[in-house]
Amino acid sequence: MVPEHPDAPAGETTALALKILVAGGFGVGKTTLVGAVSEIRPLRTEEMLSEAGRTVDDTDGVDHKVTTTVAMDFGRITIRSGLSLYLFGTPGQDRFWFLWDELAQGALGAVVLADTRRLEDCFPAVDYFEHRKIPFVVAVNCFSGARRHDARDVCRALDLDPGTPVVLCDARERASGKEVLIQLVEYAGRMHTARLLDSVG
Amino acid sequence: MTDDTTGAPREPGSQWYDHEAGPLVRPYAVTGGRTAPGPSGVRFDLIALVTLDPAAPAGDDPALGPEHRALVDLCRPETQSVAELAAGSDLPVGVVRVLLGDLLERGRVTVSRPVPPAQLPDERVLREVIAGLRAL
Repeated sequence: MVPEHPDAPAGETTALALKILVAGGFGVGKTTLVGAVSEIRPLRTEEMLSEAGRTVDDTDGVDHKVTTTVAMDFGRITIRSGLSLYLFGTPGQDRFWFLWDELAQGALGAVVLADTRRLEDCFPAVDYFEHRKIPFVVAVNCFSGARRHDARDVCRALDLDPGTPVVLCDARERASGKEVLIQLVEYAGRMHTARLLDSVG
Repeated sequence: MTDDTTGAPREPGSQWYDHEAGPLVRPYAVTGGRTAPGPSGVRFDLIALVTLDPAAPAGDDPALGPEHRALVDLCRPETQSVAELAAGSDLPVGVVRVLLGDLLERGRVTVSRPVPPAQLPDERVLREVIAGLRAL
């Protein structure tokens, strides 16, 4: 989050932007989901990173690189003039977690995309958001050919906190992606209210 | 599915031309080697919104480089997020942040602060978002 900026009067710019993250394993359909709901072609932004001092890097056989570039895909949905939703596909590689910290700051919530054939790929994302108390929904991308699983089975397999929504979706379908986002925003609202009540009680 | 982070050509032995060959100017050369925005020390969020300052002094500022100008041009049609500016200018986010710091200090742009997380899901706003999503 940008630090408080004393000379920027509040309400100077009334435009409001909200951030939603799309996480999950490599190749699970993050960019596809972002593209399906975004009104702009998913854009790609790159961050140059210095890997100096970074821990374990399992790039056996890969020439050692000092800097690397991480690409993030993002899309936008304009709710109305001055209110937009930005979707960010998080980098799929675990070693770019430190980038997530920045992405996650001030995020409204997250969608964890899961593929039931490789459910374990989304464990790190589930852990990450649970620890940081960032509201998230698990969206099971129903690839053709993948065996259909009950949302409850997925919930059990991932050992989700009670109440965390699990939605079956088709990341290619706009309507389906929309539904996932609606579930997330509703859930984020419920979480926020619950936290407010907690802090009062 | 484009999770790969390199723009490397698929076929071995193929030549790298233009973009594929990578930037001719090292990214932080356009910032004069600075990796953090100037004295104000503002760290712009990816979704911080950048608008041209209507009170910006008229005329060209000789202190601004072509990349500064490119960012200003991108903001001309409409407000842009930092992420959009990075994608639009083809510059890494870190570089865009430094350049935006310059533009902010020179009174060329205004940058909105993202909503503090504590107030984040204002109920009215969330309802608006849900209604907006349903209407898509």
